[in-house]
Amino acid sequence: MNPSILSVKDVHVEFRVNQTKAWPWSAPGIVRAVNGVSFDLQPGKTLGIVGESGCGKSTLIRAIAGLAPMTGGTVHLDGQPIDYGSKSRLQDLRRQLQMIFQDPIASLNPRMTIREIVAEPLIYFRPDLSSIDRTNAARDMLDRVGIADHQFNRFPHEFSGGQCQRIGIARALVAKPRVLLCDEPVSALDVSIQAQVINLLKDLQSELSLSLIFVAHDLGVVRHISDDILVMYLGGMMETAPAGRLIEAPHHPYSQALLSAVPVPDPRAKSTPQVLEGDLPSPLEQQQGCLFQSRCPKRFDACKTTRPSLEATPDGKSACLLAGS
Amino acid sequence: MTPHPKPPLLSVRNLSIRFRTGDGMVHAVNDVSFDITRGQKLAVVGESGSGKSQIALSIMGLLARNAQAEGEILFDGSNLLKLPTSELNNIRAREIGIIFQDPMSSLNPYMTIERQLGEIVELHEGASRSTARKRALEVMDAVRIPDARNRLKSYAHEFSGGMRQRVVIAMALMCQPKLILADEPTTALDVTVQAQIMQLLDDIQRDLGTSIVLITHDLGLVAGFCEDTLVLYGGRIMEQAPTLEIFEKPGHPYTRGLLRAVPNIGDPAAKLLAIPGSPPNQRRAIASCPFHPRCVDAVTDCAEKLPQLDGGNSKRACLRPVEELT
Repeated sequence: MNPSILSVKDVHVEFRVNQTKAWPWSAPGIVRAVNGVSFDLQPGKTLGIVGESGCGKSTLIRAIAGLAPMTGGTVHLDGQPIDYGSKSRLQDLRRQLQMIFQDPIASLNPRMTIREIVAEPLIYFRPDLSSIDRTNAARDMLDRVGIADHQFNRFPHEFSGGQCQRIGIARALVAKPRVLLCDEPVSALDVSIQAQVINLLKDLQSELSLSLIFVAHDLGVVRHISDDILVMYLGGMMETAPAGRLIEAPHHPYSQALLSAVPVPDPRAKSTPQVLEGDLPSPLEQQQGCLFQSRCPKRFDACKTTRPSLEATPDGKSACLLAGS
Repeated sequence: MTPHPKPPLLSVRNLSIRFRTGDGMVHAVNDVSFDITRGQKLAVVGESGSGKSQIALSIMGLLARNAQAEGEILFDGSNLLKLPTSELNNIRAREIGIIFQDPMSSLNPYMTIERQLGEIVELHEGASRSTARKRALEVMDAVRIPDARNRLKSYAHEFSGGMRQRVVIAMALMCQPKLILADEPTTALDVTVQAQIMQLLDDIQRDLGTSIVLITHDLGLVAGFCEDTLVLYGGRIMEQAPTLEIFEKPGHPYTRGLLRAVPNIGDPAAKLLAIPGSPPNQRRAIASCPFHPRCVDAVTDCAEKLPQLDGGNSKRACLRPVEELT
């Protein structure tokens, strides 16, 4: 196996919040947003992270980018541990690792032209470049994502959502990072535009040999772009496996339920969604045993007391007590 | 045209909706006509800005003040666009219910669920407080909210997103309307919850014979739920046909493009074929096919003529014959 470019070990993210429905002076609760997630990202590959809202998928990648406080665990980039406490090390990290966001319009400064927006990262990451070189680099990058020459001096509000996402991609890639974190990059876009952006990301990935982490809730999109998929539930990691295997033969009961619920665009396919009972438990409550046990159709007594660790399945890992059998 | 086996429940005739804005007129819906029969499940599919929600709002008489609607929406012999509010209130909730996309903003945060559900029958049917409470409980059970008796005392914020959407569906069901307009009812919800809600809507249609118009952008949802589908683009109907036909023999280049642009979870090998360009500017009234600038099959005529929606059971608005499409 190649040495991984990004290696994430046992990451925890916790937020202290005032407990709802309690007195203001009562002890704050703790939301365990990410609960011990580990994975390795190989160079040039794509890891898809899926899960429902509130499962911690966005918080996880924000923590990796240094945008959310990591309360435990380590992240290695190229074998070097990342020190999130040091500002200069963080700047170094962000030269290598960039992010694109869900809302394409809100993530661009409305008072800057798109040429300024795309050239700005170079001021910090490439101080050796002259301003003319920076402008030229921005121009090349914008051209590469399909924004025409005559539009460079326009402002973000003059562009559509799909174009703004292209500009966001140009800004992230202008300093030639090696890892791109994508937080639901296409969920705000219409299907006809979504396909354009996915194709663009795939082309840029092979051109620039980028490694991608792609967070999304749309499993069809994730399967299309990913080599491996990681399934999260309530902050914890349920299963990870190569994309095709995970979609066709999910091992973990949660992955099975999630996949059976995806509507298939084929009127002849008789899908029978496996309807999960109940709702997502509050992340404020400390869960005993398996994170999924309150809704799992296959639970048995041991699930209530034992937190399953990630066990190897054929070509993947699953956090289920049934994984061995 | 062959006569309908069943008379339509609701008939939309040449509906056009325009908005007066600071930047001029926005032509949101252009000359749209379709029928809904008893017990029918009709999908209205389109991307953002295609006018699909405005059609639902115009049926309920909920268009914004700067809107101008032309054409007819016939329900029980009267044109809903011309009815005064007092008469429209006899039809809203009693005959036609609506479910909105965002369950939190469709519920009043200051009212208990019991009041919110009860109010509907008190207002529209003159029911007493106790009858209203009884009906609210029945409907809460029908939408499968566990522990309904106690949950009636709760407020909207005490429910999860999926449960809130069940409450909103319960509100639409209070007077047992003949038609429910579901405007992106599951877009704000997770897939596992979406499956629960779609199952519930399916059961309601089967048990009560309610007609349902499902407004959505998700073709996967349409495939599993509706018998008939109407595809909108730029405020015009591009194609209207049985769902099976839309998926297996799409007759319009836009429908074909949409189907190829959606990643299919069962068939990952297929490359996504994006539709080039971006959606039309609706500031101008377009006298040609609104899709022609993005269409792979466009010929010179497409930029000059407005194709009419033609056909029997499956209709399409395209100048080119189906056989010639790529």
